[in-house]
Amino acid sequence: MFGTTMVRQSFKMSVQNIKSNKMRSFLTMLGIVIGVAAVIALITIVQSVTDKVMGQFSDLGAGTMSVEASGSAMKKGLTESDIAAIAAVDGIDGVSPSVSATTSVVYDGEIYKKVSVKGYNATYFDHNNIIASGRGFTEQDMSGSSMVCIVDSTFIKNILYGKEVLGQTVRIKGIDYTVVGVKKDADSIMDSYSDTSELDGSVIVPYKNSLSMAGAQNVTSLDVYLADNADSSTVEKRLRSEMNNIYNNADNSFYIINMESLLSSMNQIKGMMSGMLGGIASIALLVGGIGIMNMMLVSVSERTKEIGLRKALGAEPARIQAQFLIESIVLSVIGGLIGVGFGLIIAYIGSVLLKATFTISVGAIALGLGFSLIVGVVFGWAPARRASRLNPIDALRSD
Amino acid sequence: MAEKLNAADVGAEKHILVMRDITKDYLVGEETSHVLKGVNLTVDKGEFLAILGPSGSGKSTLMNIIGCLDVPTGGDYLLSGRRIADQSETSLAHIRNKEIGFVFQQFQLLQKQTARDNVELPLIYANVPEKKRKERVEEVLEKVGLADRIDYYPGQLSGGQQQRVAIARAIAVNPTILLADEPTGALDQKTGAQVMKIFEDLNSEGRTIIMITHDRHIAVHAKRIVRILDGNLVEGDESFA
Repeated sequence: MFGTTMVRQSFKMSVQNIKSNKMRSFLTMLGIVIGVAAVIALITIVQSVTDKVMGQFSDLGAGTMSVEASGSAMKKGLTESDIAAIAAVDGIDGVSPSVSATTSVVYDGEIYKKVSVKGYNATYFDHNNIIASGRGFTEQDMSGSSMVCIVDSTFIKNILYGKEVLGQTVRIKGIDYTVVGVKKDADSIMDSYSDTSELDGSVIVPYKNSLSMAGAQNVTSLDVYLADNADSSTVEKRLRSEMNNIYNNADNSFYIINMESLLSSMNQIKGMMSGMLGGIASIALLVGGIGIMNMMLVSVSERTKEIGLRKALGAEPARIQAQFLIESIVLSVIGGLIGVGFGLIIAYIGSVLLKATFTISVGAIALGLGFSLIVGVVFGWAPARRASRLNPIDALRSD
Repeated sequence: MAEKLNAADVGAEKHILVMRDITKDYLVGEETSHVLKGVNLTVDKGEFLAILGPSGSGKSTLMNIIGCLDVPTGGDYLLSGRRIADQSETSLAHIRNKEIGFVFQQFQLLQKQTARDNVELPLIYANVPEKKRKERVEEVLEKVGLADRIDYYPGQLSGGQQQRVAIARAIAVNPTILLADEPTGALDQKTGAQVMKIFEDLNSEGRTIIMITHDRHIAVHAKRIVRILDGNLVEGDESFA
């Protein structure tokens, strides 16, 4: 019905109007700016942080399951033959026991009481790239004859300070171990939570050696590595039936954590959080919209005479309505653009503070702009309609 | 009820405006005020008509009805053969745009827009393409002698110049009737005379003009004068007191 000329004219007029009421327009836009900035900042920050956490989860857990086997009354933990049986399940590439203990270490005549000990097998090092220098364990180490260990940087700093690390001998629970490797520093959130700084360090030994340190007979925790292209839910079923077999279907004898299903539930939580924060920010947008409506109503009553003149000159009601609607949209979309700018700045600062990677979420920007557009239409509608329905004579007469 | 007028009956070719028994009532509080009490008026193509009347005579109401800004309470009004009572809001807007060129006492120019933009407005509403609009704006401003003021804002122009811009705007879409409401009311005598000269020139080119005024000295510029008094219309100006 109305061509581009009409839109251009309306656009020009709304910019004129916004300019000639700078303070009022600014205050009106502020509501939209804050609303959109909040939407963008919150969504972007949530996304950056959850992306980071989930990235680490999937680094850690892509193609991994973990089994906690407390066992039944008849049978505690997993024996070596059980572990071998699990490793033989179709779709499983390998398994590594995971044993944790805290023990004391003697080095150079000094006793360090709080050292975290982890026990793994050689397979663990095939699937986890954690060696900074030296080497991981080999199958030979696993036979039990070689007493080797891998230490972390805290261990080096507190215990082996200033020494050439590889080849040193440390005494753990009365047995001498040779240091063969150095573990990479933890850079993931998961590891930094488990490595408490109160400890003097952490050391990895072959899992059989660690069992006695943990005061256990059998392995109770197992990392399971899936073969490439194996379907995690299928493998989980097979694993479950093997475990039931081992424990004679005893209730609550074990549980399996499937990293993949964990990831999908984290994804759900992320979606819920984004939605919730977005919802809260939308309230700010709603308030901004009411501000726009207020300004447009004031604008309509201020320009009653102009509207009357335009009608006398032949402007149809629909055209008057479109003009004011465009004005409202221009106002709120300009606010939206400024809001996107501020939102991204806040999100950037936030992600720097949270040490997360700053990713510009195109979805959030589209959402912010889309929201401000909708706000402009919804809250501009009533004032525009009022303008279009003004009686030209009354409008012309008003002063 | 009187029979409805139709275009063929009234000879719409010649009589571009036909009013039959037009009444207009306003409700003032509980009482009905009869502002127009059965106005009959026929205007032919090329006429220059002055409607003369004191304030309160109903002349502004009549002008609003002629200009399709208001609808009568009773009677029939045909403009270019169309019954105004039958028109929708939107088609009334189209009729105002194409049939009527308004000239107001207070000029009614948009202060934030240049002479060019003001004159262009009715052309935009008539959906005239941009290039043609530009040509036409220049043409009509030239006609009122303001070609050199095309990019001036109303605030930068004198009262007489502003009214000439308003006249240019009124004739921009080449309307059937130029409808002027006290066009010299806000002007001094000299500039008022200039404006009347423009009206006479436009009329001599064949343009139909209807002018509403309370001022007899202005009315005499018209070729035909009707008087309005207490809501009734009388031909001639002899007994005006």
